Amino acid sequence: MSAFFADRKRRADLIVIAALLLLALALYLVIGATRTEGGAVVVRVDGVVTERHALTDDGIYPLNGGSNILVIAEGQAWLSEANCPDLLCVKQGKIHYTGQSIICLPNRLTVTVEGGESNGVDFVVG
Amino acid sequence: MKTKKITLLAMCVALAMILSYVESMIPSPGIPGVKLGLANIVVVFALYKLGWGEAAGVSLLRVFLVSLLFGHAASLMYSAAGAVLSLAGMILLKKTDRLSCVAVSVIGGVLHNAGQILMAWLLMGPNVIYYLPVLVLSGTVAGVAIGVVSALIVRRVDLK
Repeated sequence: MSAFFADRKRRADLIVIAALLLLALALYLVIGATRTEGGAVVVRVDGVVTERHALTDDGIYPLNGGSNILVIAEGQAWLSEANCPDLLCVKQGKIHYTGQSIICLPNRLTVTVEGGESNGVDFVVG
Repeated sequence: MKTKKITLLAMCVALAMILSYVESMIPSPGIPGVKLGLANIVVVFALYKLGWGEAAGVSLLRVFLVSLLFGHAASLMYSAAGAVLSLAGMILLKKTDRLSCVAVSVIGGVLHNAGQILMAWLLMGPNVIYYLPVLVLSGTVAGVAIGVVSALIVRRVDLK
């Protein structure tokens, strides 16, 4: 009676699962192949750019009125502290490739590595 | 609606909420959106044993109540986007009757994550697309686990 053990369906199930695993691998390879070392760290709150730092610009930066603490050191960026209970953004670790980002859902804040030159320090106050 | 059915649906919603709460106590691997989706066991069960409307009702009510009780302001939008897309996919896939509830659950898991990415894209811009590969993978793996459990429960529980 169980649909789970009906052979025709089980075969179709395996095809679907295999296809999705291949899709994940393909997406990973495509995104990995287009990946380059980034130059700047861009902070957005609600999708609006609030800060921009070069990845070479070592320092500790409080973001969004201190809700999250951004650290840039040795060409990498990460969040060392946050005021949210789950601290998912802190657990997301260090980023340095173009397009990599750290997302803090509770504060609607993203930290994204972008390409471009690593000299000039733009400071946009939004 | 018969009293028995009202009670059954209320129990499904309550069970789904408890499973969401239990899941919130499992430590997260640190990637947003990577999770087991325990509550989907109840949704798949409702889909196979009660019907698609009942499954949709249980799922959406669960999302709303859990966000209200344990979530933050943004979590309702992410969960709702995931739940709607996941429900639509699972309902359509079940109607084709080509796949067992394992694959239906897998598609549900992947679409749930896809819905959340879509919502994150709308709210935070296109860079969230970098999470897609790992979320497709985690949705598939979690979907298999949830689907196998759901299949066992659907097979063993007799509502008559």
